[in-house]
Amino acid sequence: MLSKGLKRKQEEEEEGKEALAVDTWWLGPGHPAVAHAPPAVASRSLFDLSVLKLHHSLQQSEPDLQHLVLVVNTLRRIQACMAPTAALPPMPSLPTAPGIADNLLASSDASLSASMASLLEDLSHIEGLSQAPQPLVDEGPPGHPTGGAPPSLGALDLLGPATGCLLVDGLEGLFEDTDTSMYDSELWAPASEGHKSSPEDGPGKEEAPELDEAELDYLMDVLVGTQALERPPGPGC
Amino acid sequence: MVLQPSERHYGDWNHRRLGPWCSPTGSPAPLSCETGCGEGSWILVCRLLVPTQVSLLSMEEDIDTRKINNSFLRDHSYATEADIISTVEFNHTGELLATGDKGGRVVIFQREQESKNQVHRRGEYNVYSTFQSHEPEFDYLKSLEIEEKINKIRWLPQQNAAYFLLSTNDKTVKLWKVSERDKRPEGYNLKDEEGRLRDPATITTLRVPVLRPMDLMVEATPRRVFANAHTYHINSISVNSDYETYMSADDLRINLWNFEITNQSFNIVDIKPANMEELTEVITAAEFHPHHCNTFVYSSSKGTIRLCDMRASALCDRHTKFFEEPEDPSNRSFFSEIISSISDVKFSHSGRYIMTRDYLTVKVWDLNMENRPIETYQVHDYLRSKLCSLYENDCIFDKFECVWNGSDSVIMTGSYNNFFRMFDRNTKRDVTLEASRENSKPRAILKPRKVCVGGKRRKDEISVDSLDFSKKILHTAWHPSENIIAVAATNNLYIFQDKVN
Repeated sequence: MLSKGLKRKQEEEEEGKEALAVDTWWLGPGHPAVAHAPPAVASRSLFDLSVLKLHHSLQQSEPDLQHLVLVVNTLRRIQACMAPTAALPPMPSLPTAPGIADNLLASSDASLSASMASLLEDLSHIEGLSQAPQPLVDEGPPGHPTGGAPPSLGALDLLGPATGCLLVDGLEGLFEDTDTSMYDSELWAPASEGHKSSPEDGPGKEEAPELDEAELDYLMDVLVGTQALERPPGPGC
Repeated sequence: MVLQPSERHYGDWNHRRLGPWCSPTGSPAPLSCETGCGEGSWILVCRLLVPTQVSLLSMEEDIDTRKINNSFLRDHSYATEADIISTVEFNHTGELLATGDKGGRVVIFQREQESKNQVHRRGEYNVYSTFQSHEPEFDYLKSLEIEEKINKIRWLPQQNAAYFLLSTNDKTVKLWKVSERDKRPEGYNLKDEEGRLRDPATITTLRVPVLRPMDLMVEATPRRVFANAHTYHINSISVNSDYETYMSADDLRINLWNFEITNQSFNIVDIKPANMEELTEVITAAEFHPHHCNTFVYSSSKGTIRLCDMRASALCDRHTKFFEEPEDPSNRSFFSEIISSISDVKFSHSGRYIMTRDYLTVKVWDLNMENRPIETYQVHDYLRSKLCSLYENDCIFDKFECVWNGSDSVIMTGSYNNFFRMFDRNTKRDVTLEASRENSKPRAILKPRKVCVGGKRRKDEISVDSLDFSKKILHTAWHPSENIIAVAATNNLYIFQDKVN
């Protein structure tokens, strides 16, 4: 309740500041112009924008790695700036990135970093699935390439604890005969351990219904399978 | 090349607005690479288009591409996104100018030869060859489409009658041979003129086949395909001064290739962390030293440049030199890192300096001084207060290139609103010009442009808020020895040259 009140108050302040040049708000905490605007509001709006950019970037079939890294670094910078002012920021007003924003905003600093890192880890996982031959790593004197194909670097990335679940989900995703919405949701799985439950907990947004339907389908499959085996249905069905 | 002060002269420039494939009118333009940019003006030699239909026509057999392109007048309204030029590069003599576009095509222009009858045509470039370099591909395992867009073209030094160039998209580098054929053999004994086998019973005499002249045909053939070596997107290729090797760089790795070997490459730089959680920096550009075959540089998204010596170790993860300018505390913001990301790095022709382009500036570094650049030029500092908007519309991620002139005395880079900027390193003068069809008038001097940053706007100035950020000059090229520049604006290629009285 207190956070809601704080949110409204800050929004009123934001409306009152509309007369200011918007651009000066983004010049960073060190800039003299920022003294005229509440930095928390500026940072939060920029944070929301960056989260949206991150979401859009990862929606690409093959994200631009430079763009992604720069946006992530900017997010980390904003987060570091926002950390001292700390109450959890309110839910973002952008409806198109609810899942990611929910996860990122609800996380602590450490898990946010882990979320960002896991998103990058996703990329590595996707790249690692490729069977294309890797360039030879020259471990000998110049002019003497190592023989044979080196181990896929992508495989090494799957061994991290942060991606343990991803590995399992990814393999299951490869062999499951499911619709593509499951694959899409897989991308966000490592963003938070609680991601799969967030559509149930969070406010209803555009992406939440799709996840619920997919989960319902999965549950139905399980039900049909268990009924066929003459097992009692599991809890929660 | 030694510059003599007496050879510097600034002439009266005449500007001519020309249509596609038209020849320039007026007196010829004697050229000198020593001419600076500040006082003089530039003339538009020609505006070239790379239309889709021309490319399709050139794919047919036995057609003289040059004839078709010379007589083919295109309306720019037919241009598609595939026609957007993505790279421009002169060859080592400046005789040829290659462009690559988003559709995976390469178009090579050749300079009109100087002739006594048509002296005024010198400096004009006409289409020489057009070919489809890369096709869109699909990675079935990752369900990813590989774009055919040509990211870079690099010429090899000419060693025989044929021309060789490297072209690359995100994943694959190709070596192309461009050669002329102006003779064909005639008088075969076993084949008739159409190439069909003759009945041996009808052959009663033997003759020696002879070579007879034919209409010039320019053909491009792929000689090597260097594939499957890059997991991430290739952003740079650079030919080594040994002319035997070249390197290709993607976001996290740099590979060294031998031109003769396509099935393996050496990985010489790998900045991919073992744990991707630690990834905070990517490679943005790389280039070999123009004279020292063991030395190369690569730039990063954090605004750093690393110079590496391949003699030090096989894997050049440890740099020999590290160039970085400390951040200015007064300009620090959330966007500091983004605007410091280097989009292009180029060695000077002398090999003594490197030039880097980040979002707002061009910097010149002395290889012997790592802690700061020796020169910094503001390209469009008026955008500093607009960074949020530019972040919102992603313009802040635009990758501008930069080029040296032949004598390393002038540097050039692009900006928005079809503006491009030149900086004279000696006089410290700079000029802003526009590559635009609408603002070009025949027989008028190309007028320097000025952006009004505040206060009262003068008549010929343009305000910052009126700039068109969709019209960006990302790719430019400078002739290796003369003051001829090529500027790519969407699907248009403008060629400008200076003129001396």
